[in-house]
Amino acid sequence: MLPAPTTKVKGVSVDVPSFSRINRDEPTLVVDHLSVRYGDLVAVDAVSFSAHAGQVTAVLGPNGAGKTSTIEVCEGLRRASSGHVRVLGLDPTKDHRALANEMGVMLQEGGIYPSARPIDVVRQYCGLYGSGKTQYANPQELIDLVGLTERQKTSWRRLSGGEKQRLSLALALASQPRIIFLDEPTSGVDVNGRSTIRDIIRRLADQGVTVILATHELDEAEKICDRVVIFDKGKVLVEGTLDDVRKARRTVRLRTVRPLILDDMPDNLAGWLIEDAPCDYSIEDAPQGLIAALAVWLSERGIDVVELRTGMASLEDVFKKLTGGES
Amino acid sequence: MKVSSSPFRAQLRAELQILARNGEQLLLTLIIPVMLLVFFGTTDVLPTGFDDHMDFLTPGIIALAIMSSSMVSLGIGTGFERSYKVLKRLGVTPLGRPRWLAAKIVTVLLMQIVQLVILIPVALLLDWNSDNAQWLLAIGAVATGSIAFAGLGLFIAGRLRAEVNLAAQNGLYLLLLLLGGMVVPFDKLPAPVAAVAKCLPSGALADVLRDALVGQAERPGTSWIVLGIWAVITPLLAASTFRWE
Repeated sequence: MLPAPTTKVKGVSVDVPSFSRINRDEPTLVVDHLSVRYGDLVAVDAVSFSAHAGQVTAVLGPNGAGKTSTIEVCEGLRRASSGHVRVLGLDPTKDHRALANEMGVMLQEGGIYPSARPIDVVRQYCGLYGSGKTQYANPQELIDLVGLTERQKTSWRRLSGGEKQRLSLALALASQPRIIFLDEPTSGVDVNGRSTIRDIIRRLADQGVTVILATHELDEAEKICDRVVIFDKGKVLVEGTLDDVRKARRTVRLRTVRPLILDDMPDNLAGWLIEDAPCDYSIEDAPQGLIAALAVWLSERGIDVVELRTGMASLEDVFKKLTGGES
Repeated sequence: MKVSSSPFRAQLRAELQILARNGEQLLLTLIIPVMLLVFFGTTDVLPTGFDDHMDFLTPGIIALAIMSSSMVSLGIGTGFERSYKVLKRLGVTPLGRPRWLAAKIVTVLLMQIVQLVILIPVALLLDWNSDNAQWLLAIGAVATGSIAFAGLGLFIAGRLRAEVNLAAQNGLYLLLLLLGGMVVPFDKLPAPVAAVAKCLPSGALADVLRDALVGQAERPGTSWIVLGIWAVITPLLAASTFRWE
């Protein structure tokens, strides 16, 4: 067991529940040619990817891309039409009880009776995982960890959107999970709440937990994820480490003192330039020699360059490029 | 902080907390039956056809209370739990459906004990004579009726949207209250209505309870068969059609 680190939430020092150390080399989640069909609709089409212990894997994609169906198969809530899924080496359907003891799940919304109080629900969930554990998670520590100490006796229906999300995260932690599925954990959460949630997620991964994060919020994902899986139209478009995915799409940023008239440029230059705003341009996946040729062309026409910067694309750039812009 | 020592206990505790926090459930399961018992017990306005109208009323109101706890309260609560995704959320815990169902059953049983602990003394205060009561037979009737009504409540809750389920359960409660042979005798209903009412679980439960508690049932053998059939069919129907989401 890892030592329980201490964090400060609203000035209160609390211990994060301890988690088992597991082999970080072997994938803890393996999705192999998974398909999910609803009648004639193919929601997930032979997707494959994996996730590892100690890493945050962001599952990204537009609405209807197949993320939720895939994750629900991994959680054992839905059956695969074809293909295989192994979570912690277990079959999510056949070994559901055993997996449920090791798995934390945060639904996108709901899951709690509106009249229930946070402390009662967290106590309930800590008890639900009782028989499979040597030691219960401490309900009060979980409440403190997610910053709901002062709201623990307020009924769920009176909590703000962000407080509801933090309570849902506390329930996901009640299992002291080895793998945790988080669906839009920062949706509707204020800046401080986001920071708290991000901190908890990062430290879960640092302690060896496999974190699967489904989100639309690309900047949030970019801040905390190690790996990325991008879905669109039921397929996985790209999978890899965050750096690999971003490096695969190197971007050149060009800013000039006055707007360029692209019609005056030769096609072999103009065809690569994307006008983001007047005087602001980007070039993706530039071929060798393009930047030099562009610099010569600008110099010959006396057009001063304010900025010419090469670098990795942001996750948002990659996402928009792959999915056509919808997040 | 104390945590329940098993998933079942944790879930049972949560069920009881939710029940205690829902005032409308207590109104339906306790206050309305007590009010009806007190009102009709003190006014003698019902054309019961019994020498002592409490002999008719007490089993009928107990049947009504059993219906309200095992069908309406259970059905409405479960319908909203589906709607709020509580069942989906529980589906990814080690609780499992058998223990979830067991916690529901024990919650209903505990509620029914409270109902009987309140209704029977109130009936006795209203001069109901319990000398002829066969309590074991009455417990058997309550158990069989509970199974039949719980199956019916879960069948409705497992198919309809929460709001439609709420309206359907309350509507059925009112319908069976008036036409189900619990408060209004079969022979005071229009003949076609009475014929249907005798085949309903409400009428059958009221009749077997009159047999068990006062020994004055209209047709106890038939009513036991009718109630037994409902107790077999409705749970099977609920189990085969229930949608968890």
